[in-house]
Amino acid sequence: MPMPVLATLGGMNHAGPAGLVWLAVALPLAGFLLNGALALWRPQAKTAVSIIGAGVLVASFAVALQVFLGYRAAGIHEPAIVPLWTWLPVGALQVSLAFQVDALSLVMLLVVTGVGSLIHLFSIGYMGSDPGYARYFSYLNLFIVFMLVLVLGSSFPVLFIGWEGVGLCSYLLIGFWYGDKVNADAGKKAFIVNRIGDFGFMMAMFLLWTSVGSLDFTTVAERAPEQLAAGGGIITAITLFLFLGCTGKSAQIPLYTWLPDAMAGPTPVSALIHAATMVTAGVYLVARTNVLFAMAPVSSAVVAGVGALTALFAATIGLRQYDIKRVLAYSTISQLGYMFLGVGTGAYVAGMFHLVTHAFFKALLFLGSGSVIHAMHHAYHATHSHDDPQDMRNMGGLRRHLPWTFVLMLIATLAIAGIPPFSGFFSKDEILAAAFARGGVYRVYWVLGVLAAALTAFYMARLLAMTFLGENRTGAAEREHLHEAPWSMTGPLVLLGVLSAVGGILNLPAFAGGHHAMETWLEPALEGATRFFVLEMPHGQTEALLIGLAVVIAVAGLVLGWRMTLARPIVPARDAVPEQGFWKVLFHKYYIDEFYDAVIVRPIHWLSDMVLWRGLDEKVIDGAGVNGSARLARGLGWIGSRLQTGQVGLYVVLFLVGALWVLRVMTG
Amino acid sequence: MLLGPALAISAILFSIGVAGVLLRRNAIVLFMCIELMLNAVNLTFVALAQFHGVGGQLMVFFVMTVAAAEAAVGLAIILGVFRHTKSVDLKTNTLLQG
Repeated sequence: MPMPVLATLGGMNHAGPAGLVWLAVALPLAGFLLNGALALWRPQAKTAVSIIGAGVLVASFAVALQVFLGYRAAGIHEPAIVPLWTWLPVGALQVSLAFQVDALSLVMLLVVTGVGSLIHLFSIGYMGSDPGYARYFSYLNLFIVFMLVLVLGSSFPVLFIGWEGVGLCSYLLIGFWYGDKVNADAGKKAFIVNRIGDFGFMMAMFLLWTSVGSLDFTTVAERAPEQLAAGGGIITAITLFLFLGCTGKSAQIPLYTWLPDAMAGPTPVSALIHAATMVTAGVYLVARTNVLFAMAPVSSAVVAGVGALTALFAATIGLRQYDIKRVLAYSTISQLGYMFLGVGTGAYVAGMFHLVTHAFFKALLFLGSGSVIHAMHHAYHATHSHDDPQDMRNMGGLRRHLPWTFVLMLIATLAIAGIPPFSGFFSKDEILAAAFARGGVYRVYWVLGVLAAALTAFYMARLLAMTFLGENRTGAAEREHLHEAPWSMTGPLVLLGVLSAVGGILNLPAFAGGHHAMETWLEPALEGATRFFVLEMPHGQTEALLIGLAVVIAVAGLVLGWRMTLARPIVPARDAVPEQGFWKVLFHKYYIDEFYDAVIVRPIHWLSDMVLWRGLDEKVIDGAGVNGSARLARGLGWIGSRLQTGQVGLYVVLFLVGALWVLRVMTG
Repeated sequence: MLLGPALAISAILFSIGVAGVLLRRNAIVLFMCIELMLNAVNLTFVALAQFHGVGGQLMVFFVMTVAAAEAAVGLAIILGVFRHTKSVDLKTNTLLQG
């Protein structure tokens, strides 16, 4: 039975300042519908598409800001639930499509709409000449709709709608240039790998439903501590299954392999979906269900361990990639590992803080690389060269041609490497400090994290040096055509650059003169976990020592990466010699894709081909089932037809016998 | 009238008809045997009518009518078969064999 929608849509008095939040979702949805219609009937109306596509996002951001300010001004700490309608009224399971506005979802809401707006604006320039322009923007708007449903959903099923929806949009946008089979395959890979994670998510939901009896976040957080034993088997299973979902969506070991391939999509898509927002959904989920994870120390340790391991593992692969976007992809996996290290350690604020700063500087890095690729593509296009515009070996010396992009990329690099006072320094430092402070096995994770930090600085310096420094390797004729992107593209980059530089003030620690603003803000949403576990952050000398170590390592990594990259001349991709030794292993990403192919894909392929298809389908279903029943009917028919001799005499005899028999029955 | 001889004749006629249908292979003869059986039944009706009212006599007219119709259809079929196969031998006309 649908609830009176208007009463809640009118909603200011119903849900307080959060009542308007539905509009933030409805605007991109309208944008999707309009742009979708334009894509079908008026694909050439690019001005209209630009205005609608980016306009709805900016408007959505304005609404988000309005909701945020209203919520903050009202001084409420309880989550405001905005129900729209009853979605699944199934017996005891009553799921309404409702949005939950609280400190945590507001942070995500602002990041998604804010960074999303900038990336939409950038896309206008970047995708301007693409024939699928309208289709692109309709997908992008749809993605925002689902992403907002994901972060605003007030229950697991509603979050799951968004979770699946962003997966769909990710698939659509990775395979945006589906004419190339590689791109279409990359989209399929992302979709299929995520199915494994979704299995975990659904198992977690089923277990929660049977053990707690509710799927609403607030109710679960209330009831779970009463109904489940902390550290027990059920809660551990639930959280581990949830984390399996996270490893898929957020590209952690063992399900990370889809993300590097996802770079096949347009670069703004990589920035928006595969760096800033969608892939952080797993981190958000862990933070959202912080009570459950706090109740399951084993799961938390697994989360942090997988995160730390992924951070280091992906960083090593990033050392030896040449495709500029692939380096950033592995960097994203690595940084997501940091976030999981944070939330697994129990430093939920630090994890979320890193999520936010990462959204800033990684979006900037991707859009900056997009700017570079844009310039390279145009240069090669002008001379009809078929060299790879994304291969860093073909770049070099772009500092002179793309000065703005260079400065902005430099800021982002300093931020991700953890150089104070850039944003990444504060968030990464907080995560590492938390892991150090928790002790035990987390001390090992801390070591992994510090090593990964050094490698991060190294590969980022390498990226910057190969792309912007040294001699240009693009080609003499092409060099003439290298130029900065138009302002519609550089403008959003500048804004992201500012955010990357000063994003640290969001949660400035005490030693830097701040008062942990974000921690104070997020406290109401995360206090459930503190009942089970309170993390004591290091202070004084230890803190100073940790910070000093982090800075030294970051600087050392940067300098080493810069010097080692430029120590020897780099040859353009077409003249490059194959890698040797361990570099070769790194270049081939530890052969993990090949390993999965041999251990999982091929056996499944064989099973499907030989057993399921040729065995089960052809022999059993087709052979015994379909053809078998047909053969049975024909056999019975054949027996019956033997009686049809065509001999009238025989019929008469049979008739007579039958008549006599009837006579006998009737009289006797 | 004597009921016993009438029924006896009727039974004999009917048996002859049945035997003819079973044994003969000429379609025309077989047809005539069917008529024979019908008329044996008619005789029974008429014979029993004197004890059971005119209903039996009435039934005879129905049987004769049906027999006439049946003869028309049956002869037409036999004629058609003969035109087709130049034979009215039922042992060789087995077109409807399954």
